[in-house]
Amino acid sequence: MTPLAKLLEAALFASARPIATDELAALDGDASPAELQSALDEIREHYDVEGHGVELAEIGGGWQVLTRAEYTEAIERAQLASRPSRLSGAALETLAIIAYRQPISRAEIEEIRGVAVGSVLKSLHERGLIDVVGRAEGLGRPLLYGTTPVFLEHFALRHLEELPRSDELAVALHRPEPVLADAAASDDAQDETGA
Amino acid sequence: MTIASLDSRTYVDAPSGEGAFIVELSAFSGPLDLLLSLIREEQVDIYDIPIARICEQFVVRIRTLGLNEAAEYLEMAARLLRIKAQMLLPRGAEEAWEDPRAELVRRLLEYQQMREVVDVLERRGEERRNQFARAYLPTAPEPPQAPLALSLAELLSAVDRVLRAAKQPSMHEVVPRTLDVPGAITIIRSVLALRARILWTEIVEHTAEPWQILSTLLGLLELAKLGELRVAQPKPFANVEISRDAASEAA
Repeated sequence: MTPLAKLLEAALFASARPIATDELAALDGDASPAELQSALDEIREHYDVEGHGVELAEIGGGWQVLTRAEYTEAIERAQLASRPSRLSGAALETLAIIAYRQPISRAEIEEIRGVAVGSVLKSLHERGLIDVVGRAEGLGRPLLYGTTPVFLEHFALRHLEELPRSDELAVALHRPEPVLADAAASDDAQDETGA
Repeated sequence: MTIASLDSRTYVDAPSGEGAFIVELSAFSGPLDLLLSLIREEQVDIYDIPIARICEQFVVRIRTLGLNEAAEYLEMAARLLRIKAQMLLPRGAEEAWEDPRAELVRRLLEYQQMREVVDVLERRGEERRNQFARAYLPTAPEPPQAPLALSLAELLSAVDRVLRAAKQPSMHEVVPRTLDVPGAITIIRSVLALRARILWTEIVEHTAEPWQILSTLLGLLELAKLGELRVAQPKPFANVEISRDAASEAA
């Protein structure tokens, strides 16, 4: 490996959190962005081609060395490390809404989910996945929530744009052409009369 | 089905006491979730929901699941009944008719979209969960303190400085001093035998120690209680006047 790749590898080894690209640049003032990128590619190739137990991952706008998934069971069985607890369905729903609609108030989240989210927000905030990012202008100036870098780390996302765009989702929010309208309407009418 | 299916019987049937507020958290994450699963089960078009059938199913389901005490599910049941009622109203063919289900459909679609994102997040989160980062820790660790660079001589001189700085504690012995009330009474009696009226400052010397002052005070009070003298103060903070009690004198 080149000296720069070795330096970056050492820094990645020393850090528990993903290291942002500009933080990597600070390690060597002479290295250009292109050189940094090729050094990172070199490390990644080194791990992948030579077959290492770790891999280089790009997460939350930074870089991090992670163990490969196939060794997780063995590591956990030996109690060397343990996986964090899973998020509940309610927590995931709330996070999904915040990720797409941020900055968003509690009332708006509750409108979409159809249930109260106070305690879920609290626990998400405690886990550092969301934070208060401001206040709305409206009545009572409610707090507005947004996702944090920890959110990106938790889901191994490079950035928020990596989530599917709303027009890429299978369910479309617009109403399709009313081709079946007549048939379905009669079905409905039957239903009403039958009831 | 009639609106009466949400009558008081619903509440009477509901488990009261211990099981009054059991919500099947694992099954449904909210009324919209339940509604969506009903729509899937019944295989109906989400853009043209047979509201009467779905409403009936919804009410039956929340009753069997014991969800009918959770406000959110009740609110949805009420909403469905209202939409059903609106659907039954005669509609004029001429004027633009707004589907009362439109708002509900919009919310259901929005919710469904969000559930799709949840699937993405769940998958990504599970993948990441199966990989450990370097120095697995819930939070970033504090950098450890640098090891002490210190020679034995420096340590000993530091100990020496500390010991020299620490003074010997100054000891103070507290000697209990008993009050001499009988003695004070004798003195006051003898003074009053000579003079009918004296002032407090006259029987307490300037140089008197606290125990002497206290003894005199207690002696005075004792004599006053016995009725041998009167204690008076013309105004606040004025000198206290002590005089022979006229009555006891007469006696």
